[in-house]
Amino acid sequence: MILAFIEYEKNALTDASLQMLTFARGIAKDHGAELTALVIRGEETADFVSELGKYGVTKVIQAGDTQLPEYAPLAWAKIIAQVMAAQSPAMVVAAATDRGNEVMAHLGAISDLPMAANCSAVSADDPSRVTRLRWGSSLLEEAVIQGEPRLLTVALHVVEAEKVASALQPSVATFAPNLSTRDLRVRLVRREKDEAEGITLKTASVVVGGGRGVGGPEAYSLLEELAAELGAAVGCTRVATNNGWRPHSDQVGLTGTRISPTLYIACGISGAIQHLVGCKGAKNVLVINKDPEAAFFSKADYGVLGDLHEVLPAITEQLRKEKA
Amino acid sequence: MNILVCIKRVPDIGSRIDLTEDKQAISTRNLGFTISPHEECAVEEAIQLVENRGGESVVLTLGPAKADEQVRDSLARGIDRGIVLETGEGEWDPSETAAAIVAAIRNEEEKAPFDLILFGNESADSGGCQVGIRVANALDMPVVAAVKKLEIDGETAAAWREVDDGWEIFELPMPAVVAVKEGINLPRYPSLRGTMKAKKKKIDRLVPEKKGATLQMQELANPPEQKKQVEMLGDGPDAAARVIDVLKALEVV
Repeated sequence: MILAFIEYEKNALTDASLQMLTFARGIAKDHGAELTALVIRGEETADFVSELGKYGVTKVIQAGDTQLPEYAPLAWAKIIAQVMAAQSPAMVVAAATDRGNEVMAHLGAISDLPMAANCSAVSADDPSRVTRLRWGSSLLEEAVIQGEPRLLTVALHVVEAEKVASALQPSVATFAPNLSTRDLRVRLVRREKDEAEGITLKTASVVVGGGRGVGGPEAYSLLEELAAELGAAVGCTRVATNNGWRPHSDQVGLTGTRISPTLYIACGISGAIQHLVGCKGAKNVLVINKDPEAAFFSKADYGVLGDLHEVLPAITEQLRKEKA
Repeated sequence: MNILVCIKRVPDIGSRIDLTEDKQAISTRNLGFTISPHEECAVEEAIQLVENRGGESVVLTLGPAKADEQVRDSLARGIDRGIVLETGEGEWDPSETAAAIVAAIRNEEEKAPFDLILFGNESADSGGCQVGIRVANALDMPVVAAVKKLEIDGETAAAWREVDDGWEIFELPMPAVVAVKEGINLPRYPSLRGTMKAKKKKIDRLVPEKKGATLQMQELANPPEQKKQVEMLGDGPDAAARVIDVLKALEVV
C-alpha cells in the first residue's frame, strides 16, 4: 500500500497534492499496490472522499480530533507514524511543498528512516530506487532508499494533476491519533494576508526581468515603464537582490519565485542556472543582452543584441505610439 | 543570546553543470565556492540578533577541510567563532550529517547551551530539506522550517512562512531550531576590517563519526538538454519594431 499525505487550502485539495496523487497512482500501478490517502482534518474540514476517488485513491483515512490546531508539523508527523504502524505501507509520499517536506522530514526523524525529498521518478522494478531533483531540476540524482517504508516527497510539476478515466468510490476509515501536548508545542497560530498588489510575478502573463546588466537600482525604471505598457510584473535576478537593487520578493530563481508567464523578457541577464530554474515555466523567452556570448540566448525563443538601456525605451515608445 | 548557525559549502555554479568522470560530484575545477544561499541569510540573522541582544554566535559546517573558507567568510561578516566537522571528500546523507551535528552540539553545550540554532531550509546542491528538523528532533527542540521572518520575544518566537496569499505564523517556545529561507534579510558582505579581524578568530576542527548512509546517492546525471533555436530580432533600438510584432503574435498587447 502507498500512503499519501494530503494537503488542502480553504477546504479544497491543493494542486500540489493532486499532482502528487497523480504521480503516486503511477507508482501504485507499477507495483500492484493500493493508493490510500491520509487526510488530517478538523471538524470543519470537507471530507474530500469523492474528489480523492477521481484521482485513483481506493481508501481514505480521516485522522483527527476536535483538539487539533490548523497545522502542527511534529503532531502531523506523529499521526502519519501512527497510521504507518497500523497499516504498514510500503511507501509514504507527500508533495514537495514547504509543508510536505517539513512533515516528511519530521517523520524520517521520529521513525529513524531516510527521506528522499524532491523526487521525480521511482523505478518500476525496484521501489527503493528513486531519482531526485537537485539545483531546481538542473541536475538529477539516482539514489537508493534503505529500509521500509520508503519516505519521499514528489517534486512539483513533475506530472500535472490528472483524473482517472472513471472515478473510484474510496472506502473510508477514521483514525483517532494519540498526541501529547509536547507534540503540539509548535503550531500554526494565525495567518496574515498580503496587501493586494495587483499583478504578481506568479500570475502575470508577461514578466520583465532585469539582472546585473541593469547596472543599478535607478535603471529599473526602464523595466517598470515597459511593464506598465504591457500590464506586466517586474522581476530580477539574485545579483539584483543581493546588491539591494530590488526587494527579494522580486527575485526569479532557485531561491526566489518560479514564474510561468506567456512571455518572459529577460534584460541584461547572463543565464545562470540559479535564475534559469525560476523562469523554466515561461512559454516564450525574449532575451535582450549586449553580450552575444550570453548563455541565455541559447535558451531563448527570441533575442535582441543590444544595450537594454537603449532597447527598452525604444520598445516602450513604440508601444505608446501605437496606443495613441 | 547564544546562537549556532549551521552552513554548507557549495559550488558557485554559473550557466552549466559539468560532472566528474565517475558521476559522483560536480566538476569544480573551474568553479569557486560559496555559502549556500539560505544559510548565508542564517549567518546574517545570527549576526543581527547578537548585535541587538548580545551573546555569542558560532558557525558550524560539515564538509571537506576547505570548508573552513566558508567558516572564515562567516567570521569576516561578524560571527564570533567557528567549528569545522571535517569529512574528507564525498557526500554525507542527511541522517549522517544530522547525527554528526547533534554530537558536536552536545559537546558544545557542555560549556554553554544554545538559545537558537539556525539552518538554511535546504542546501543549494543537494536540497534534502531535513537536516535542521532531524537535529531538532534528536535534541528534542521545537523547530519550524521555511522561515522568512523571525521575531523573538523572550521565551517564545514567532516564525513567519510565506504562502501563496500571505503568511502563516508559527509560535514556538525557545530555545528552538529554525530553518530559514533567503529573503529573511539582506546579507552583508564581509568588510576589509571584518576580514582582518576574522584571522584572529578561533576555528575548532573535529573529525565526526560517519554512521553509514541510508539515502544512498548512486550517481548524478545531467537532464536531457532542451536547446532552443533563438530567432534574433535585430540589433539595438532598431529591433523594437520586430519586438512589437512578436508581442502581437503572442497576443500579450
